[in-house]
Amino acid sequence: MSLIGRREFLATSALAAGGALLTSRVAFARTEGTSRFILVILRGALDGLSAVPPYGDPDYAHLRRDLALGAPGAADGVLKLDSTFGLHPSLSFLYDSYNARELVVFQAIASPYRERSHFDGQDVLENGHTKPHAIQTGWLNRALSGLPSKTAAQSQERGIALGQNVPLVMRGPASVASWSPSKLTALDDDTLQRIGDLYSRDPILSRRLAEALEADAIAMSANSDGSKMLAQRDPKEAKKYARYDEIVDAAGSFLRSGEGPQVAVFDTTGWDTHANEGDAKGQLSTRLGGLDSSLRKLKAQLGPAWNDTVVLLVTEFGRTAAVNGTRGTDHGTGAAAFLVGGAVRGGRVVADWPGLSQAALYQGRDLKPTTDMRSVIKGVLADHLAVSTRVLESNVFPDSSNARAMRDLVRT
Amino acid sequence: MANADAPAIAANRFGLGARPGELAQIGSEYRGWLSAQLRGGPLQINDPQLRSSTEILAQVLDIKREQKAARQAVAKTVVTAMEEKPTANVNDPVMKLGELYRPIYVAESVARVRTAVSTERPFVERLTQFWTNHFAVSIDKNAVVGLAGSFEREAIRPFVLGSFTNLLVAAESHQAMLLYLDNHLSVGPTSRVARLRERRRQDRPFGINENLAREILELHTLGVNGGYTQTDVTTFAQVISGWSISGYGPLSRGEAGGFVFRTELHEPGAKTVLGKRYADDGFAQGEAVLRDIAAKPATARFIATKLARHFVADEPSERTISRIARAFVKSSGDLPTVYNALIDSPEAWSQPRAKYKTPSDYVISTYRGLQLPTVAGRKIVGSLDVLGQRSYSPGSPAGWPDRSADWDGASALLKRIQWAEAVAQKVGSLRDAIALGPELLGNTLSDATRTAIGRAASPTQALTLLLTAPEFLRR
Repeated sequence: MSLIGRREFLATSALAAGGALLTSRVAFARTEGTSRFILVILRGALDGLSAVPPYGDPDYAHLRRDLALGAPGAADGVLKLDSTFGLHPSLSFLYDSYNARELVVFQAIASPYRERSHFDGQDVLENGHTKPHAIQTGWLNRALSGLPSKTAAQSQERGIALGQNVPLVMRGPASVASWSPSKLTALDDDTLQRIGDLYSRDPILSRRLAEALEADAIAMSANSDGSKMLAQRDPKEAKKYARYDEIVDAAGSFLRSGEGPQVAVFDTTGWDTHANEGDAKGQLSTRLGGLDSSLRKLKAQLGPAWNDTVVLLVTEFGRTAAVNGTRGTDHGTGAAAFLVGGAVRGGRVVADWPGLSQAALYQGRDLKPTTDMRSVIKGVLADHLAVSTRVLESNVFPDSSNARAMRDLVRT
Repeated sequence: MANADAPAIAANRFGLGARPGELAQIGSEYRGWLSAQLRGGPLQINDPQLRSSTEILAQVLDIKREQKAARQAVAKTVVTAMEEKPTANVNDPVMKLGELYRPIYVAESVARVRTAVSTERPFVERLTQFWTNHFAVSIDKNAVVGLAGSFEREAIRPFVLGSFTNLLVAAESHQAMLLYLDNHLSVGPTSRVARLRERRRQDRPFGINENLAREILELHTLGVNGGYTQTDVTTFAQVISGWSISGYGPLSRGEAGGFVFRTELHEPGAKTVLGKRYADDGFAQGEAVLRDIAAKPATARFIATKLARHFVADEPSERTISRIARAFVKSSGDLPTVYNALIDSPEAWSQPRAKYKTPSDYVISTYRGLQLPTVAGRKIVGSLDVLGQRSYSPGSPAGWPDRSADWDGASALLKRIQWAEAVAQKVGSLRDAIALGPELLGNTLSDATRTAIGRAASPTQALTLLLTAPEFLRR
């Protein structure tokens, strides 16, 4: 890079003066509430140098040794993006999306966090501030509070967490739903009514119960119109499916119609590859493959709604540039991220590539971050969900004026 | 001053949920009821069926050897017969180890919930669970599926009522922790094994893995803002290189599966960690660093904060935290002294419903409260899974989270209600919810709940309402 990427980025920044105008046009185009946004958090620190290998960098192969992937065209080689970057060979859906101009790949990206604790790193990734534990709400929830008002047909909750509990990024003042596959039987309506009464003086429990019942109703109606219910699926068959298929099935059910929530978040885990990470095969490859096939399925589940969808995949930080002593990688800094979906203006790598020479590494060991993750998120929230600049700057990402929104990521 | 809520707080917040009759037994001696539990030695699980980590790891090595032999035999046949490659599942190592691990995991999980449901010292059992979670290993790493239970029995239980330093050393040197955070693979860059490798010009040099060293500092002792640097992490990793398992790790020849200090992997030389120089005396070098870290004020504060958050409130007051931290420092980490400071904190007794029960708290307190049989222990273990807290699977070395917002999701609440109703349908006709309410919740039972139970349409519904009442969902 990424000269092109940098040029585009600068060009966008130059447009900042016209930003307000652009926002209002977008807001007009999107108020039907058709835009869908899905956030996927890769917990544990995905190795960005394996997922998006800079095979063209002269230092890549010797730093990575056993973990280095072959050049494009070699057996198990990388899937070529440009003359510097490729995709891990397990990421076939993302590669198809790249060629369909529906994927933007970010390299050397990071949140403002610069230490190496997973837990603080995830906190900053989710809280939208510059410090861990600065606030107990998440940027996505605060963005939901700033969405243009809903239409009558939409459900009360604009956001849903796919999992039993709500991750920090989705916690806050806006009411959100959560959903996870149930192995329990249906409840007696009268008992439920009485429990509801019992909770009437408990603000948290009464809100949670209302949210749960609404999410349940949406899931039931979405599944009665022909899509195959997970619970009815042959368990043996189900086992063959990738790890996150239950979740993407649900995401499809909730987001497809446009009448339910339009924003969803889910977690994936297992990216903390300290030992025996593998190259084109092995531990990380298996996980990437599972994630990739779930994303392919997500697209199928969403059907035509895919065209209005943006999926953002982020992780708390990257991993060491060099392989460690146990054929894995330790906690690092600069990471990779992905923006995929029918509404993405894709087919490019956005990276102000610092290189992997010893002098270029952050603290002599990590990929140096050159792109602020908040620039990407702010751009998506502004152009895809029509969150106003004022709300973005003051509420969603306070203290982020130096991370200017990238305004060319979404088709408008 | 009399505190009418105190017996229920003692049993539900510090214990694992009241059993009928327990609140009356506690009476006004609520602090005494707790501190008496701290005397009388560790709370062990004596189940002859359960095996030691060393024994399990030795068997793992045997299985791996057999698999290797079988693979070689098959490969030979294949070469002669020019056949297709054998299908993977014939000798799939994960499958076979899974066959070993799974029954061990189930037996350990069952023994653990049975202890929690039946113990007369629920405060000690809660503390045990607290420390197991503090020194978390998680079964989503396959290698520890068979060891998570024995880790708790061997490295946590015996030390819960002793000194923090001994608990720390026991936990960090246990095989499950070494495997979970990769330390058995870590090799000092100028150690004997690394130099041997270099001489043979092997392409793949061995080196340090800093995973365990970092998590000890960040999650087990000082805390993330405890004043260490990246250099401290790396150097500390060199200090504990060689903390390994017999028969595991690079060029290992041993048989036993026990902890071993492997000099040939250890990075030689004196090293400076957190500003202090440590001479190289093998295992003792790492032990000395651990002892010094355990005595740091940052560690006292970190542990005090976690204890207060677990027992008192999501955001405990500074006063409570410093009271506990002071006791930690003054007693050099004598844990019973620390626990007594915790139960002496006024804040611990002032807010009856400050903590939201985790799924485990919820299931165990239901079993205790309803005196449900634990014969089908697997069922209890299954309930934890359905409600979102599968045994020994916190998913990361940080352990299960400990704030309400981590557990009170809408979907999680609905599952809890569904589960409660299923329990009530089974035993509702055999239990009197009206009488049980005050037995389990004492003075914390609200009028609204009492009324709702009294007006219920059936005993089953009455019991469902008791189990889903706000005061039973919290502690």
